[in-house]
Amino acid sequence: MKPAVRTGNHYITGDVACAEGAIAAGCRFFGAYPITPATEVAEHMAERLPDVGGTFIQMEDEIAAMASILGASWTGTKTMTATSGPGFSLMMENIGLGACTETPCVIVNVQRTGPSTGLPTQTGQGDMMQARWGSHGDYELIAIAPSSPQDCFYHTILAFNLSEKYRVPVLVMADEIVGHMSEKVVIPDAKEIALVSRPKPTGRKDRFRLYEPGPNGVAPMPAIGEGYNVHVTGLTHDERGYPVMTPEAQEQMMDRLKGKIRNNLDDIIHTEGYMMDDADIVIVSYGISARTGLTAVDEARKLGYKAGLFRLITVWPFPERMIHDIAARVKGLITVEINLGQVHYEVERCAHGQADTYLVGAAGGAIIHPDKVVSLIKEVFQP
Amino acid sequence: MSKNPQPLKEKHGAHPLDDLIRTDRIPHIWCSGCGIGTVFSSCLTAIKATGIPYNEFAMVSGIGCSGRAAGYIKLDSFHTTHGRAIPFASGIKMAKPDLNVIVFSGDGDLFAIGGNHFIHAARRNMDMTVICVNNLIYGMTGGQVAATTPSKAKTTTTPFGNPDAPFNLPLLAYAAGASYVARWTILHVRDLTNAINEALLKKGFSFIEVLAPCPINYGRRNKQKSLDTLKLYQEKTIIRNGADPARADIDFDRGVILGTFIDRERGTCDDLYEATCRRSED
Ligand SMILES: Cc1ncc(C[n+]2csc(CCOP(=O)(O)OP(=O)(O)O)c2C)c(N)n1
Ligand code: SF4
Ligand SMILES: [Mg+2]
Repeated sequence: MKPAVRTGNHYITGDVACAEGAIAAGCRFFGAYPITPATEVAEHMAERLPDVGGTFIQMEDEIAAMASILGASWTGTKTMTATSGPGFSLMMENIGLGACTETPCVIVNVQRTGPSTGLPTQTGQGDMMQARWGSHGDYELIAIAPSSPQDCFYHTILAFNLSEKYRVPVLVMADEIVGHMSEKVVIPDAKEIALVSRPKPTGRKDRFRLYEPGPNGVAPMPAIGEGYNVHVTGLTHDERGYPVMTPEAQEQMMDRLKGKIRNNLDDIIHTEGYMMDDADIVIVSYGISARTGLTAVDEARKLGYKAGLFRLITVWPFPERMIHDIAARVKGLITVEINLGQVHYEVERCAHGQADTYLVGAAGGAIIHPDKVVSLIKEVFQP
Repeated sequence: MSKNPQPLKEKHGAHPLDDLIRTDRIPHIWCSGCGIGTVFSSCLTAIKATGIPYNEFAMVSGIGCSGRAAGYIKLDSFHTTHGRAIPFASGIKMAKPDLNVIVFSGDGDLFAIGGNHFIHAARRNMDMTVICVNNLIYGMTGGQVAATTPSKAKTTTTPFGNPDAPFNLPLLAYAAGASYVARWTILHVRDLTNAINEALLKKGFSFIEVLAPCPINYGRRNKQKSLDTLKLYQEKTIIRNGADPARADIDFDRGVILGTFIDRERGTCDDLYEATCRRSED
């Protein structure tokens, strides 16, 4: 077998970096269906996985791809798929199955502009709300937004670690520019990469209960073949995993599904600040648009504004408390994103009227120029 | 590997298949006169007869009355989404090829919403056994037309009779590439059990169609009591192993062919992946 971690300095695209991050994280099953701008993730996995003892399969559609990674995950394997808007839409029902059955897996969405076939295949960030609420019903999952190929590498590892730790589907919400751009990506030594694997049951098999939570609210997960005779269902179920069709059972299940995420926000939410110490105008952004925000902060500072960038690495669960606290001490919050307002409304909700909130958005197809942000700052704020 | 628990022969009332049933989930949801239970117990008997340790099996179902089977079998078992049992099972098989994977589901699940997955798994010769309970109808949702409903039959969504033609499932499975194709009815329990056993031991994509009555949502609307349906299974079927699947249309006026249609050897998806994609060290 070839080494799984390609330690060294590389000049690669974000898509390839996602694939390398996945392999470094221990991903050994990848099922997908081609779609630009995510195809290169699949192509790279197809080439790399057999050499590290893993399996690649191109399924007949994205519904099947998503189903395949859930099935494979129950064999005790770390699994991933990659897609873009139209495929992401097709995956939704089975993403809900993954959330309901607490099946670890990673879904990379290299976003393009929608709705529908949209602008194939120019950049967009219009799937952010779909990432949160796209499958029917209430549920929790985790979404992470990389801003560069280097992020793609590390954030895919982070996605696997969170997915395994909390037994939840984790979405890597990249976009066409991050996915297709080539930049320097440093891959460290394998031993410098911390990996997490799902908790395993240890007690007596005859007393085992599939969804009996451990200390952090997450239940240990056996693999097929270990003799636990698990029953896994997308129906509302009790701690044994058995269907129970009552509002009480529903409430208990939802408490657990929400609790394991909501009670561990400090561990799950990752953010980054730039020039935040004295900032009174804060740009909130994520993914490729955080780079627009970064340049805008520098430009605004040159003009004498106290601007800062608050970058969301974890977008879902939303850093509600942090935005609330920032809003309490600044004049304004500007959300920059390539859509017509999605995360913006979350920022507005969490600012709770303490600061003015603005959107610098775009219908999609191109990165947002920092000038657009700077002009807004000049228009509404005094230096 | 673990030894299968032995059924409690001495204990009064114990069922010989108890070691494969989640007895704590009984009573089941199936109506009286429903054919699913017979297919289910044939399947359990066939699993037992293989002698393979139970922990080397996994059962996957979709959604429907038939899809509830996964909830009653005491194996690692998965009740997934409507139509998606086969791709879920394919993920299991390809990630851990030494498992014996069984898909147990309904005709609507496997051939309407899940039809695309079926033909692709057959094409790839995915090494699994697919058991389809064909009751000619969507049972669970109250009797709507299925891709298997006979022409002119009455269903809640074809109140004037079904204007469409049904699938010939053995022909579809054969044309798509299945290694093993058989059809039986719930009246032919011994043949059915043997067929499932053969299919489980067969390497490759095995498909067994089982005709089973849904007296509640098909029979009632088409003037067929459970016993009438069984009578048709007895009087209007012809057992002909090796028959041409092109002649396997379900037409009880002309007679319905049962038996093993196809039993052939072909490389499986996991074996071919190993042989084709894993390069030797160099
Ligand atoms: C995506 C989706 N669409 C529709 C349904 C509703 N539904 C549940 S079972 C079923 C049909 C099942 O028919 P079949 O597979 O023949 O199973 P049977 O009940 O006859 O055994 C349908 C349409 C669903 N659960 N999910
Ligand atoms: S509705 Fe039909 S298929 Fe469903 S359990 Fe009742 S008889 Fe069986
Ligand atoms: Mg049916």
